[in-house]
Amino acid sequence: MILKQLSVFVENKEGRMKDITQVLKDSGINIKTLSLADTTEYGMLRLIVSDPDLAKAKLREAGFPVSITDVLAVKADDRIGFLHDMLCKLEGNISSIEYMYTLPTEEGPVVILKVANPSEVEQVLENI
Amino acid sequence: MIWNETKECMSRDEMNHLQSTRLVKQVNYVYHNVEYYRKKMQAAGLEPGDITGIEDITKLPFTTKDDLRNTYPCGLFAVPRSEVVRIHASSGTTGKATVVGYTRRDIEVWSECVSRVLAMAGVGKNDTVQVSYGYGLFTGGLGAHYGVENVGATVVPLSTGNTKKQLTMMKDLGVTSIMCTPSYLMYLTESIEEQGILDELQLKSAVCGAEPWTEEMRNQIESRLHIKAHDIYGLSEIMGPGVAGDCVYHKGLHINEDHFLPEIISAETLTPIGDGEIGELVFTTLTKEALPLIRYRTKDLTSINHGKCECGRTTARLSRFVGRSDDMLIIRGVNVFPSQVEAALLEMGEVSPNYLMIVDRVNNLDTLEVLVEVDEKFFSDEIKELENLTKKITHVLQQALLIQPKVKLVEPKTLERSEGKAKRVIDKRKL
Ligand SMILES: [Zn+2]
Repeated sequence: MILKQLSVFVENKEGRMKDITQVLKDSGINIKTLSLADTTEYGMLRLIVSDPDLAKAKLREAGFPVSITDVLAVKADDRIGFLHDMLCKLEGNISSIEYMYTLPTEEGPVVILKVANPSEVEQVLENI
Repeated sequence: MIWNETKECMSRDEMNHLQSTRLVKQVNYVYHNVEYYRKKMQAAGLEPGDITGIEDITKLPFTTKDDLRNTYPCGLFAVPRSEVVRIHASSGTTGKATVVGYTRRDIEVWSECVSRVLAMAGVGKNDTVQVSYGYGLFTGGLGAHYGVENVGATVVPLSTGNTKKQLTMMKDLGVTSIMCTPSYLMYLTESIEEQGILDELQLKSAVCGAEPWTEEMRNQIESRLHIKAHDIYGLSEIMGPGVAGDCVYHKGLHINEDHFLPEIISAETLTPIGDGEIGELVFTTLTKEALPLIRYRTKDLTSINHGKCECGRTTARLSRFVGRSDDMLIIRGVNVFPSQVEAALLEMGEVSPNYLMIVDRVNNLDTLEVLVEVDEKFFSDEIKELENLTKKITHVLQQALLIQPKVKLVEPKTLERSEGKAKRVIDKRKL
């Protein structure tokens, strides 16, 4: 499944994360999962939320640079070797995985992948 | 449209004659009415009779900001307080404010000068002009305001701040022209784009000044807002905005020479230099009553061109300002002007031209850090792309400045926006 992920540029300053969560809370938006990539000067907060378009609008209003990126969500089997097997399937079919993290759901964990061509990769995974 | 053809299109001979007559009169006037100047002239062994025309200008001593500070607040005024109808003041970054005053006649001349610049931008009585310069002690707001009224256009005195209200008024009143600082207009441009309201605006022109800006910035403003952007120059000591402005040909700013006699001097030797060469701009007021100034050193670096312009005006033109001699930073022995950073960033086109230079000295070595706002239009969620962007900016700035800066990306709109003037440099070096 392709999901809309929210990406927010955030400076390494005290309280910036809290400013973001405040906006989301006030807008009634639920955070499903998040991942934070950081450098020494800034971070990139990636979020899967209940309403990505509304979240984008509200965060922009609050002055954050924010974009929506398509990411691939793959349901994970909770067993030893699942991730390895999936990566083997993908080998040769994608240029690279830019980043990945997981999303917990009621039906078990889901792996979120950022790849250059999410729909093609989705096909590859389905066909095997 | 030319506001005052008689004065703006006179021949060079006629202008020299007019300036000479007025200079002789003004020198006599300051000698007899300003004690400070009388003493200065006497110390230089000068009497008013020694000045017979503009060719004698170099005999006169210079005036600097220090002279205004030494005589704070009104020691250089040539009229009693009863003749002064208005005061303005410029906030000095160091030391006391500089206080300037105007007689009723000075205000009339000022309005005339601003009207000439508005006419260059095509503003007439059918226009609605939003004045988004600060109103108050700063000359920008009221100076612009009186000029707009003088041409008979409708003035909307919004002053600065409250972006939402600025845009609502601009839209609802069908504002056709705006006067503000160029960096504030860039800020408004971003907000207009964010709200997607450009199609609902009637804006045709902008008359921007009060801080130096570049040709690239003009191009950005013109193409993003689909308007014509004109430059208006001035300084409170001489009058305020309206000392000079640029016509539709944008080949320099026409000086209102019948009121302000320009000179370009070498900042080192203080001797006059010729047309086309860059030096420090010096003005002598020719008609000022309340605060006449003789050979005031503006610290602005530019060159002058006395040739006739394609627009028909014959008044001498100033080239774009290179910077201010006191804005110039010397970093690791290299002369650096903030305008170079702005020009380089605009040319790149991938970042916003909002930047802050932080100069420091660590272990006896000068360091330059440049904070640049990320632009949402070019925003990538991949760290490696942002890192590539940082590298690219570093490279471009190094090419432009000849020293390597440390570049840091910051959130949009975090760097202070100018409502008066933008802060572009923090120099932490303790010399
Ligand atoms: Zn012209």
